Amino acid sequence: MTGLLNFFTGLSLALLILVLISVRRAHIRVEYSVAWLGAALALLVLSRYHWLLERLAAVLGTADAPLALMLVTGCLFLLVLFRVSMVVSELKDANIALAQRVAILEFHLRTLDEKAPTSG
Amino acid sequence: MRTVSNPDSLLILVPAFNEEGAVGAVVREIRRVLPEVPVLVVDDCSLDGTPMVAREAGAEVMTLPHHLGLGGAVQAGYKLAFELGYQYVIRVDGDGQHDPACLPRILEALRTSGCEMVIGSRFLGGRAYPTGLVRGLGIRFFRLVLRPILGQRVEDPTSGFVGVARPALEVFSRSFPLEYPEIEALVVLQRKAFRFREIPCRFRPRLAGRSTITTLKSFYYILHVLLGVFVNVLKYEGRRRRRGP
Repeated sequence: MTGLLNFFTGLSLALLILVLISVRRAHIRVEYSVAWLGAALALLVLSRYHWLLERLAAVLGTADAPLALMLVTGCLFLLVLFRVSMVVSELKDANIALAQRVAILEFHLRTLDEKAPTSG
Repeated sequence: MRTVSNPDSLLILVPAFNEEGAVGAVVREIRRVLPEVPVLVVDDCSLDGTPMVAREAGAEVMTLPHHLGLGGAVQAGYKLAFELGYQYVIRVDGDGQHDPACLPRILEALRTSGCEMVIGSRFLGGRAYPTGLVRGLGIRFFRLVLRPILGQRVEDPTSGFVGVARPALEVFSRSFPLEYPEIEALVVLQRKAFRFREIPCRFRPRLAGRSTITTLKSFYYILHVLLGVFVNVLKYEGRRRRRGP
């Protein structure tokens, strides 16, 4: 059990460092890093404080603390993925609206160009 | 193409993606049937010579900066038509399946019926139009699903040969389904308490190219559209029925 919990500690630390580096290099915007940082911190706390994990396992109705940690990890990642899907959907809508607006403006510009008298 | 104020103004909208083999003939046919009516080809970022061929045939061309899919292309055309003040827009696919000879009848139905949408149906008027097995089953399935939702039977729910009046144009320029839009668009209109009717129209085999909807994609189509229909049904809208003109 200790080995597995140490693995989760390492995983959460690696995730924290990766996210912080990504934010620093502007690969992830700050507002989108919050969900990942929250998930990594939750994993770190649960994997280090065994009494907390055992309380959580009791609440979930299992005597197996690592199983409870796996369940919590799965749920956290599902939530983060759901959040990512929402953001991608919003971006796609915005992208489509922008592409349509660019096409309409280009169309108007071409029409104006064709109407304008040629000089020279 | 400029802003119009004519209360009967009509725009023919032709969405096209890699249709250089057909779009020229489609535009020329439309111009033969309705010589005074502007034709707008919305080029969905084709990789071939679609925009050039369409321009040479006499159409105005609006090119999207990247590929949006059928719904995105049609909506771009609706937005432009709405902003320019057009009263009616009829969509004709760029593959040549829709017979432009039906355009005057669709326009007449739009003007006289008071409906916000008129659908050119390949199944009305005693015509037997050949469809693939899966697609045929899909059409029958959606007839059954849509009957209670729309409150009326629709023979050809997947037809893209569609004319819309300005109130529907306004709705679609704000919100239009992006993939496989035809069926969902009917539900969107129903949620706004708009009316539609079908008239018989002749459909032909494609002039060139192949349909993007393969047998496998037909199953995805059915699932995708079914989900879209129920999402639209679940959306809350004011249910007050509009008075006819």
